[in-house]
Amino acid sequence: MLIIKNLHASIEGTPILRGINLEVKAGEVHAIMGPNGSGKSTLASVLAGREEFEVTEGEVLFKGKNLLELAPEERAREGVFLAFQYPVEIPGVSTTNFLRTAVNQVRDYRGLEPLDAVKFLSVMKEKMKLVEIDQKLMSRSLNEGFSGGEKKRNEIFQMAMLEPTLSILDETDSGLDIDALRIVSNGVNQLKSAETATIVVTHYQRLLDYIVPDFVHVLFNGRIVKSGTKDLALELEEKGYDWIKEEVNATSV
Amino acid sequence: MSKDNQILEEFTSREYEHGWSVDLEADEAPAGLNEGIIRWISSKKEEPEWLLEWRLKAFRNWLTMIEPEWANVHYPKIDLQSLKYYSAPKQKNKPKNLDEIDPELLQIYERLGISLNEQKRLQGIAVDAVLDSVSVGTTFKVTLSKLGIIFCSFSEAVKEHPELVKKYLGSVVPINDNYYAALNSAVFSDGSFCYIPSGVRCPMELSTYFRINAANTGQFERTLIIAEEGSYVSYLEGCTAPQRDENQLHAAVVEIYAAKNAEVKYSTVQNWFPGDKEGKGGIFNFVTKRGICAGDYSKISWTQVETGSAVTWKYPSCILKGDHSVGEFYSVAVTNNYQQADTGTKMIHIGKNTRSRIVSKGISAGHSQNSYRGQVQVMKRATNSRNFSQCDSLLMGGKCGAHTFPYIDIQNSTAQVEHEATTSKIGEDQLFYCNQRGISTEDAVALIVNGYAKEVLNQLPMEFAVEAQKLLALTLEGSVG
Repeated sequence: MLIIKNLHASIEGTPILRGINLEVKAGEVHAIMGPNGSGKSTLASVLAGREEFEVTEGEVLFKGKNLLELAPEERAREGVFLAFQYPVEIPGVSTTNFLRTAVNQVRDYRGLEPLDAVKFLSVMKEKMKLVEIDQKLMSRSLNEGFSGGEKKRNEIFQMAMLEPTLSILDETDSGLDIDALRIVSNGVNQLKSAETATIVVTHYQRLLDYIVPDFVHVLFNGRIVKSGTKDLALELEEKGYDWIKEEVNATSV
Repeated sequence: MSKDNQILEEFTSREYEHGWSVDLEADEAPAGLNEGIIRWISSKKEEPEWLLEWRLKAFRNWLTMIEPEWANVHYPKIDLQSLKYYSAPKQKNKPKNLDEIDPELLQIYERLGISLNEQKRLQGIAVDAVLDSVSVGTTFKVTLSKLGIIFCSFSEAVKEHPELVKKYLGSVVPINDNYYAALNSAVFSDGSFCYIPSGVRCPMELSTYFRINAANTGQFERTLIIAEEGSYVSYLEGCTAPQRDENQLHAAVVEIYAAKNAEVKYSTVQNWFPGDKEGKGGIFNFVTKRGICAGDYSKISWTQVETGSAVTWKYPSCILKGDHSVGEFYSVAVTNNYQQADTGTKMIHIGKNTRSRIVSKGISAGHSQNSYRGQVQVMKRATNSRNFSQCDSLLMGGKCGAHTFPYIDIQNSTAQVEHEATTSKIGEDQLFYCNQRGISTEDAVALIVNGYAKEVLNQLPMEFAVEAQKLLALTLEGSVG
């Protein structure tokens, strides 16, 4: 589904990603872990098409297409979804109105009829149950005055509505208490299928107790320095990141 | 340059939709401004002597006045002597009813999406169509007259209801009020007149659609709305003009009188030609709008969506004379390319327990300059009066400007006055977020801007709120890359 080859990216001339290689197949869950500043969020942003990052080398194929050539909205319509670490607020625009615009533009691209108001609301009702989100939030301005947990739930709710094939969760666990974490993870798990894939970007192992990854990759200094199964995440939890740093430094000398 | 600015940099404004004009045979006054021209207009309109005298008095006042320069707008001096002050499409016979209107004129309005055919009209809206200097037709007159409501062109009102015109004309905006109001009083040619008798709730929206067609002509229309005790009316005004390289002057005066317990809602969707991308051409929109809440418990509410004109100078105001009277001003002013707007309101609290509310939303893009200028005045006897003002500015790109000039003058210590102001930018973060959900940048801007202006758009009658939303999106279309 997703093939990343030797991806380099920088911001304002400073290289952040220095040669990422990764393949994600349908049905898989990949966790990207690593210490702060290792480039985890940058990778998520580059895949979603954030323009402040400049891709200097490498290629990314998504369902056989050159992802890097597509505008952010085209990537979204192709099925790439990014759950933001810091979802933005849009005053005066209700979540319902925002999502209806998004869903219908995505449907149009995929050659589907737009959903009328009644259909849309019934789909919305059904998906709202997944993340136990309060109906009241739907008529409020998008993310405005939402608590941290509500914002993150809203991200996963939007993911459910847009039905992506590749979901990238950027530190979705940050700022969540244990109950919210369980609810959000539950939603993500229910949305998983043999046709979709998930990339979970996280600093901590705790989220991976709920969303169990098939593969765990450790990102350090803009490269994937270690890959393994979920046991690697547990090892990191126990030992921290220092031993990886040492290992990397030792081999690079 | 940040990416944010770079996106917003790629500014290409969409062509103005109503920029076409039609060759009409016109009955025009010669260019120039003098007493002779004023007599010419007055006799052309077969006006009574008192009105001619009133015009001449206004003209003599105007001669002693100087053009105001305090507004935050800059434009080449207008040569008032080169303008024509009257231009009327020639109609073979004076139409007695709508069926007799020249089909060519009807077509102009059809093309603007305004049907003067009552059967085709949406139920619930009566229209007075003003082309250049004259009203070409008014719909639903008969239906309205059954309720005692008078809705007709100003010229007709002068002939049919001179006592009302004489009593109220200039009572809210005196002839010597300001430079442009004085000029308008001297040379105004037509406009709408509306009278709602005591206790009548007008069952439909009344609207005037102003269209400038002729070149080198100023449009000086005059609107007078009188709401008697306990009556209610909602009034709408729309405007467009052809795309021309020269600037054209539009100096209108609107007067509203509200008696005890009366309520008047006045909404404007202003879409005069704004000039081209380089700032060439466009309408100079110098307008005086004022309402007086003369009776206790009366209410006047102004709502404006300003998207057009090269230069706008406009302050719809309320004089809150009656005790417990209420004044409201809701405004969205959008400027793009080289447009300049200096707009706001005045709330003059005279009566006791008077209340006013100001919600102003400015949106600036391109190289435009957008100013809010508002005055809240609480007079000595206006005990327990209250005002709430909110002025928000939204900037798009790094080359436009937003300015706020609030004036507050309080002479009664029991007054409560609140002023809130914010300035924000459409952020790259917001756009990216929308993009990531599959929404195109163009639609994202429309969504964000409409969200920002929602509080004001909500004040418009339903059907027009939808129109206004589209217009906002259209005005800013192409404003981000």
